[in-house]
Amino acid sequence: MALTALRARLERLGGLVTSMVWRLGYASRFLGYLVAHSGTAFRRFRLTVAEIYFAGVLSLIIILVSGLFVGMVLSLQGYETLQRFGASESLGVLVALSLVRELGPVVAGLLFASRAGSAITAEIGLMKATEQISAMEMMAVDPIARVVAPRFWGGVISMPLLAALFSAMGIFGGYLIAVPLIGVDSGAFWSQMQAAVDFSNDILNGVIKSVVFGVAVTWIAVFEGYDAPPTAEGVSHATTRTVVISSLAILALDFVLTALMFTGGNR
Amino acid sequence: MQQSPAVNEAIVEIEHVSFGYDAARPVLRDVSLAIPRGSVVGIMGQSGHGKTTLLRIIMGAYKPQAGAARVLGHDVAKLDTAGLYAMRRKMGMLFQFGALFTDISVFENVAFPLREHLELPEDLLQDLVMMKLHAVGLRGAAHLMPTELSGGMARRVALARAIALDPQLILYDEPFTGLDPISFGVIVRLIRSLNDSLGATSVIVTHDVQEALDMVDYAWFIGSGRVIAQGRPDAIRGSDEPFVNQFVNGKIEGPVPFHYPAPEYGADLELPAGAARQAA
Amino acid sequence: MNRSTIDLWVGLFVVAGLAGLLFLSLKVANLASFSTSNTYMVQANFLNIGGLKIRAPVKSAGVVVGRVTDIRFDTETYKAIVSINLESIYQFPRDTSAKILTSGILGEQYIGLEAGGDGVMLKQGDRIRLTQDAVVLENLISQFLFNKAAEGKGDEKK
Repeated sequence: MALTALRARLERLGGLVTSMVWRLGYASRFLGYLVAHSGTAFRRFRLTVAEIYFAGVLSLIIILVSGLFVGMVLSLQGYETLQRFGASESLGVLVALSLVRELGPVVAGLLFASRAGSAITAEIGLMKATEQISAMEMMAVDPIARVVAPRFWGGVISMPLLAALFSAMGIFGGYLIAVPLIGVDSGAFWSQMQAAVDFSNDILNGVIKSVVFGVAVTWIAVFEGYDAPPTAEGVSHATTRTVVISSLAILALDFVLTALMFTGGNR
Repeated sequence: MQQSPAVNEAIVEIEHVSFGYDAARPVLRDVSLAIPRGSVVGIMGQSGHGKTTLLRIIMGAYKPQAGAARVLGHDVAKLDTAGLYAMRRKMGMLFQFGALFTDISVFENVAFPLREHLELPEDLLQDLVMMKLHAVGLRGAAHLMPTELSGGMARRVALARAIALDPQLILYDEPFTGLDPISFGVIVRLIRSLNDSLGATSVIVTHDVQEALDMVDYAWFIGSGRVIAQGRPDAIRGSDEPFVNQFVNGKIEGPVPFHYPAPEYGADLELPAGAARQAA
Repeated sequence: MNRSTIDLWVGLFVVAGLAGLLFLSLKVANLASFSTSNTYMVQANFLNIGGLKIRAPVKSAGVVVGRVTDIRFDTETYKAIVSINLESIYQFPRDTSAKILTSGILGEQYIGLEAGGDGVMLKQGDRIRLTQDAVVLENLISQFLFNKAAEGKGDEKK
């Protein structure tokens, strides 16, 4: 008796894994088609610019404010621990490296996924549910080229810029706490930071991370929107899926990228 | 049943088409019809019995699983994407609730197909859009957003958009749904006048039987995926085919029963057998 | 929101983003230094480089004068070959010595150069001959213990 129950569970698990793999393949074909038909998004750059506005500019407030607070908290917490080793002058290093290498791309990516990613999914899903996508197809306009591609590239372009602004605001916030408030020496703060933060190892790697996250989040957002069942419930589920799957993807990719970029002996 | 009108003038030919969204349940079974150029025709029947699917096959959104569908001279199943899009440029479709693009204005909605397919100078484009809006009586609403329109107005704007490129074939998916009597009358009048002034052919999928029969030249009745009746409006009205009769006259009982299949009444009320007859 | 306003905001956004990136590169990182200046390369061999890494600074009198660019292992001499880029404005005599030092107690390791007295200067491709290896903590501890043990025995004998 228990064996049949176990077998049923295993079959379901197998089915789940198979359907996940199948969905990933389907999503990859979607991405391939999207990229291949991105000509319109670039030739009529106005479309993409409008999407950069909706994904990037409208996310600025949450990114800047969050960046400021994250930087300030890093500074506060970091000081607590560093001063026990008499290393409080390295506070700048701690704040800068944490932000540039990790928190900038990751937190900005998570915020982007919840704000812009969910909005993109809802928008595309609703267009599908109200037959606007079908209407476009009937008018012999490829909806993926006209609606989806500009949103994809808008997101990919916005993400690294948002991550850079997050890190910059964070460092500024860290400075505000460290120097005027705690009393760390301003010169030491900046000079130790400059000595420890390397352009190609740290900044560039952070930018690469944010580009990868941008692609992942926006890809998930447009795919879930386009694939959503054309009902109110379908669209709302798709929006939730975007946020959840994007967040998990960011954290998983972050691990992989960090392992590739930031570890390895004498390098 | 009467024969359908002269086939040599057919702009849409459906020959023995069968189709199902999944293999187990065919939605259309061996459907054949021919729509002559210049006419306004109706495809009627109950919801979910295949009318909209037939429309989607004419549109090229689905390929028939058996038989052939020829639209504007092209075999729909054999077209590649470029061919499909070329065919659709000569067609216009009015969706059930308009399907206007909600993020752009009425003017931009009507201008959309013009902008996408033609390279027109802006003043010429402006004139064309205004002409189309004037034809549906909404030239003054050009600056409004779709969310500011009533249902009837939105439907008319969608109609203006559907005829923007002067199509040869116009498809209507339940165009009368949810309209007040005035808007209803307006749409009825517009369908006929636009069809004649454009020299086009119009196909209306609807279950508003009485009004449709007043305006179409010919009609087909789809039931359970087959054509169960066809003919000119008076023939349909006078038909003694039981389903058509029930449908046209809106009778409760007929081939389509009132009660959805259910177990015996008494069993659901948990009465002893026989007591249900007394309760009913 | 009409088109030109959107264009304006997107333009500002992109400019702000690039400015943030620029700020990070110049003020936070060390992009401004060493990437475009003239350098010459010299080598030094060590028996043990400890925790020395590529990009570690090379200092003389506490001032950064160059960077470690490459670390390799010589299979014939079984020594580490460290390549250093020195800024062209700093010229060192041929008998300069190179030591591997640690900044602070827990800090990272760097190379310290002490200038010798030779009249001829190091040039591109030269090798620094006098080198002192990194201090390895285990060796230090075992040496300390050995010394202590030797002292103890000496005391016993007295």
